[in-house]
Amino acid sequence: MKTFHIGGVHPAENKLSAGSPIREAALPKQAVFSMFQHIGAPAKPIVQKGDMVKVGTLLAEAGGFVSAPIYSSVSGKVNKIDAVLDASGTRRMAVIVDVEGDEWEESIDRSKDLVRLSDRPELDAKTIVEKIKNAGIVGLGGATFPCHVKLTPPPGCKAECVIINAVECEPYLTADHRLMLEHPDEILVGVDLIMKAVNVTKGYVGIENNKPDAIMLMTEKAKQYPNIEIVPLKVKYPQGGEKQLIDAVIGRQVPAPPAIPINVGAVVQNVGTAFAIYEAVMKNKPLIDRIITVTGKSVKNPSNLLARLGTPFQQLIDECGGLPEDTGKIIGGGPMMGKALLSLDVPMTKGSSGLLLMNEKEARRSEPQPCIRCAKCVSACPMGLEPFLLSKVAAMEEWEMAEKNDIVTCIECGSCQFTCPSKRPLLDMIRVGKTTVMGIIKSRAAAKI
Amino acid sequence: MNLILIAVIVLGVIGLVSALVLYIISNRFAVHEDARIGQVAEVLPQANCGGCGYPGCSGFAAACVKAADAGSLDGKFCPVGGQPVMDQVAGILGLAAVASAPKVAVVRCNGTCENRPRNAKFDGAQSCRVQQMTGLGETGCGYGCLGCGDCVKKCQFGALTMDPSTGLPVVDEEKCTACGACAKACPRGIIEIRLKGPKGRRVVVLCNNKDKGAVANKVCKASCIGCGKCVKTCEKFEAITLVNNLAYIDAEKCKMCRKCEEACPKGAIHGFNFPPRKPKAEEPAQPAQPTETQTQETNA
Repeated sequence: MKTFHIGGVHPAENKLSAGSPIREAALPKQAVFSMFQHIGAPAKPIVQKGDMVKVGTLLAEAGGFVSAPIYSSVSGKVNKIDAVLDASGTRRMAVIVDVEGDEWEESIDRSKDLVRLSDRPELDAKTIVEKIKNAGIVGLGGATFPCHVKLTPPPGCKAECVIINAVECEPYLTADHRLMLEHPDEILVGVDLIMKAVNVTKGYVGIENNKPDAIMLMTEKAKQYPNIEIVPLKVKYPQGGEKQLIDAVIGRQVPAPPAIPINVGAVVQNVGTAFAIYEAVMKNKPLIDRIITVTGKSVKNPSNLLARLGTPFQQLIDECGGLPEDTGKIIGGGPMMGKALLSLDVPMTKGSSGLLLMNEKEARRSEPQPCIRCAKCVSACPMGLEPFLLSKVAAMEEWEMAEKNDIVTCIECGSCQFTCPSKRPLLDMIRVGKTTVMGIIKSRAAAKI
Repeated sequence: MNLILIAVIVLGVIGLVSALVLYIISNRFAVHEDARIGQVAEVLPQANCGGCGYPGCSGFAAACVKAADAGSLDGKFCPVGGQPVMDQVAGILGLAAVASAPKVAVVRCNGTCENRPRNAKFDGAQSCRVQQMTGLGETGCGYGCLGCGDCVKKCQFGALTMDPSTGLPVVDEEKCTACGACAKACPRGIIEIRLKGPKGRRVVVLCNNKDKGAVANKVCKASCIGCGKCVKTCEKFEAITLVNNLAYIDAEKCKMCRKCEEACPKGAIHGFNFPPRKPKAEEPAQPAQPTETQTQETNA
């Protein structure tokens, strides 16, 4: 079975909520829309205090090319525009809406009927990308990179295939898995739309082997689409990383930065993004909700919720049986790459793929011991780096050495830290080094101009 | 016998020839260094701390000599050696020393455990830089001290220690040379290298919080909320400015009247090294030394 070739680990899967069907979360009383829901320039609010908004009303427009607009997911009155604590752990600008009723913009088609690409022959590549851009769609796997940017290949690059990331390699998370089981047709239309948008004739959907039901269902449904191939993959973390997935599915290696996947002819999108693209293009629905997995060993009722963006995490936890008493840490995202939250009043954003409630025992980080030079981190690194060395040079502030050892290619997957028998905080230091070195490279480039 | 003689002669000749070659080369390719650089370097403290802005003491010595050739030692100051060393340097280079007021590191945060409750626990690598990447850190304050002691680790002079009771670093003014290594190490820019002030007296805003008043007030009992009362008190001297909800006292303009300290509703302004105040007998509480009045505030 296919998989990527360098490194990787296999953490316990713990897919507790895999059997729980997607259900709609209740509307929040107050929805908070952070202006920083994507990578790139923050969105610029265009509403004012006191404005009435509906579901699907534009709240903020994109702040640049690499940016995305933000739509209201609720109807009600704009309470204020203020800095609030968000999932990043800092206070940043957000639009706060007091919810009144549930009134939708009339332009949104709320019917459940499936619309295929063949039903809408007038759609051309440009229109599709434009619609995706206007709907505020970003990569829903967690990286939140604005979707239209990836669908606009830079000059000189030609896409050859579309790869859909349905790997869901993070332990615990099951949002993509459930989506595939419940909306396979819509996803495949979404894939078709992406293929049309970048003008390619080949599409792959990579699914890890721990979701046999999804693989079977998708293979069955994909029979109608001769150009789309379902690729079962061996279970290995971090297969959901863009570069790892390209290696696993089509066997090509993306060179070191500044090279990006399009340089090897691949456009990678998450399966959730494909679904959102279907809704945006065929149903005229901007990105206002997403599926989020609320899970944890002590959670009474681990679930997959279809929740409106801006819903506070506290409410999502309440829907799944409340906060367990032995909670030690709450993580936004999966256990490997997610970020611990400082407060439960934090609203969910476009990138919230999961909410993991760890119990005290799981949450505790062991006291770091000296490095025993076992080189497990080197074998585990999917980018072929030497994490023990990088963390050491970062701690010593030897930025030149860090740069020479390709610290910027680190994808921050955490495999090194996971595998370290001495429980050393390798990624903590590497992240500091990576950020600093990237800053140095940036200022060097700025000085040249 | 003969063999020994030959060996001695051969080795002797080789030795002589080598010596000659070395002598010629050392003369021909000699690096002529300004003798004054060595002399200046000798009087420098050899801490190689980089506080002067040059790579080590020899770098600073070379820079001083170069500056002396240009005519002035302006802007060259060894914070570790202070004025006496600079006087010596000026003496060697035949110039008048540029007077520079002594400075000291000031930790502009008073978010002690009591003032600023911890609402999260950071268990990653014990480094402020790492903790800074998690966002606000252990408290709700995104500007205050993170408490992992990056500044303490960077201090070469043992002038900084963590106070376990407050969780904040403490500056030993005797040992602090104002080299600025701690200020550079702090990811939140809390430490300021400030004028020490006459007799070490200075008034500082011990807060760095740039959030709006309501938010700053909530997260810490001793935060600057940007109310501007101190600015009004100091209208006469205009030493206090309010930028981004944070008051800052200009050490140059401060007359040390300490009225701002009294005016601050949050107690964010602190006077250092003042003698204890007289009991409230005299209404307009005058500081003991009215001759040297200077007020300073740092941002909280």
